[in-house]
Amino acid sequence: MSASTETTKAPAQPLSTPASKPDGNPLLRLILKRLGLSAVLLFAVSLMISGGIEALPGDFATTYLGQSATPEAVENIRKDLGLDRPWAERYLSWLGGIAHGDFGTSWASRNSVGEQIANRLGNSLFLAFFAALISVPLSITLGMVAVQFRDRWPDKIVSLASLAAISLPEFFIGYLLILFFAVKLGIATFPATVYDGMGVMDRLSAIALPVATLVLVVLAHMMRMTRAAILNVMSSPYIETAELKGLGAWRIIAHHAAPNAVSPVVNVVALNLAYLVVGVVVVEVVFVYPGIGQYMVDAVKVRDMPVVQACGLIFAAFYILLNMAADMIAIIANPRLRHPR
Amino acid sequence: MNFRAIPLSAWIGIIGVAIAFFCAIFGPWIAPFGETDVVGDVWAPPGGEFLFGTDNLGRDLLSRLIFGARTTILVALAATVLSFALGMLLSFAAAVTGGIVDQVLSRVNDLMMSIPMLIFALVVLAVLPQSLLVLVLVMAVLDSTRVYRLGRAVALDVAVMEFVEAARLRGEGTGWIIFREILPNTLAPLLAEFGLRFAFSILFLSTLSFLGLGIQPPAADWGGMVKDNKDGILFGVSAALIPGAAIAFLAICVNLIVDWLLKRASSLRGGRGDG
Repeated sequence: MSASTETTKAPAQPLSTPASKPDGNPLLRLILKRLGLSAVLLFAVSLMISGGIEALPGDFATTYLGQSATPEAVENIRKDLGLDRPWAERYLSWLGGIAHGDFGTSWASRNSVGEQIANRLGNSLFLAFFAALISVPLSITLGMVAVQFRDRWPDKIVSLASLAAISLPEFFIGYLLILFFAVKLGIATFPATVYDGMGVMDRLSAIALPVATLVLVVLAHMMRMTRAAILNVMSSPYIETAELKGLGAWRIIAHHAAPNAVSPVVNVVALNLAYLVVGVVVVEVVFVYPGIGQYMVDAVKVRDMPVVQACGLIFAAFYILLNMAADMIAIIANPRLRHPR
Repeated sequence: MNFRAIPLSAWIGIIGVAIAFFCAIFGPWIAPFGETDVVGDVWAPPGGEFLFGTDNLGRDLLSRLIFGARTTILVALAATVLSFALGMLLSFAAAVTGGIVDQVLSRVNDLMMSIPMLIFALVVLAVLPQSLLVLVLVMAVLDSTRVYRLGRAVALDVAVMEFVEAARLRGEGTGWIIFREILPNTLAPLLAEFGLRFAFSILFLSTLSFLGLGIQPPAADWGGMVKDNKDGILFGVSAALIPGAAIAFLAICVNLIVDWLLKRASSLRGGRGDG
């Protein structure tokens, strides 16, 4: 699924097609192929989530009613939840419902899952958006600084900080920030409650700490990967040639390194945004933030399967889409594919 | 193996991991109080009789930390070993056999990796009964997808070497090729990967426990202890941060060792030692 497997396959294709064939645009073909792959993947994931839940042992009705439930009561609740229908039928109606935004009804609260998700997804995306807005420019800058001052103290600090951040659990960073900024200094709010009709400024100040946590979590990964990506380009022979030709540092970076570093760096960004999607789950629980991650964790605890299924699918969809975006950008930014031979 | 050649950072890592393992092995003998004994007030401050204070039920935090080391390390280690065994076996088999076996295994692996690990674990744990064995198995299977990916790449690199072909032409079986030809030549990157996966397992287990889906109370484990004491943060009680710091400490130490192993592996291969 990585960019490398896609791009290594690419050169083989034009060779296999006859030279007389006119539709020789490998770029377009690769992108369409990647799109199709993502669609298949998404479908397979939905099948796996639904089928996996069916195949794994564990019965909700008994969990719901407790061990001492009579068989009749279990049977009733199964009928009530529609579990007596065959799996294929339930899967198809689930899929059909999703197609027009109906994710089913929660077993625990009897609310519409789709409505809940619509509310909470916005909150989660709000959080992730601001985290990305801060962390992406920051980490790219820091990554470049680390490369520029390679093996000197700024680089050492960057690698030390990223080592620490990779090893710190999200919730530890979160509680550390809460204790320091909300409890000791009193300059931030906890818990991060947001509600409808809240002013933008209030909302921003409420999410300050969760965003800071997410930024810290993602920053290290992104910085490390940016550093590696740029370093990879900077240590290639043609950069050395440019240096030996006597070109200035900025000319080398702008004209020689940047065009080739864009695609790995953008790839890094997209991959880390995908990582952000997951980080949101823990951070929302820490800050009692009404997002989709919190919703999912609560549902898992009471085994509210329609909610778990729907949230799982949405998280997977975001993850797949961002990974697809990463691959596509890598494909588009690859100059070898823009000029088919 | 020259002890002088081990850098300071790696020594810090080795000593830290050794302390954690010591606590895990000899926990019941060195802990001042029992794992679930209520011995004092709720959230007693650190110092005096209780070095780190007490938790939300008045249990000694230090004792629970020591007992927690046992649970956390044991479960994380078991999951990592299992995931490695599974991932390595399948990836080497795929790389050596090739063809349809490789295709099927790799596509299934791609599919599993297309769902974020935590989300996958949440979905699966929502269905499965809550038990330690289930937890270890879920962690191991999900983790093995990452091991598989690395293992396949490494094994493919080695599988095209002349000595593997020579062994194959000699008529050696697949088992021999995997264990006698490929494995010894891929040990260094795999060892580093093992450390990386172990550190990740500790964090993953702690996250699951923190979310209330990992190790169940009253057994002490570090992630669960953070969850138990998190409400204290609002009153300025730092009891939740101590187990959190323990998780971070162990993960950092393991990562320090991994960094050293990676550098060593790349310098053995003649690399420039870049990140």
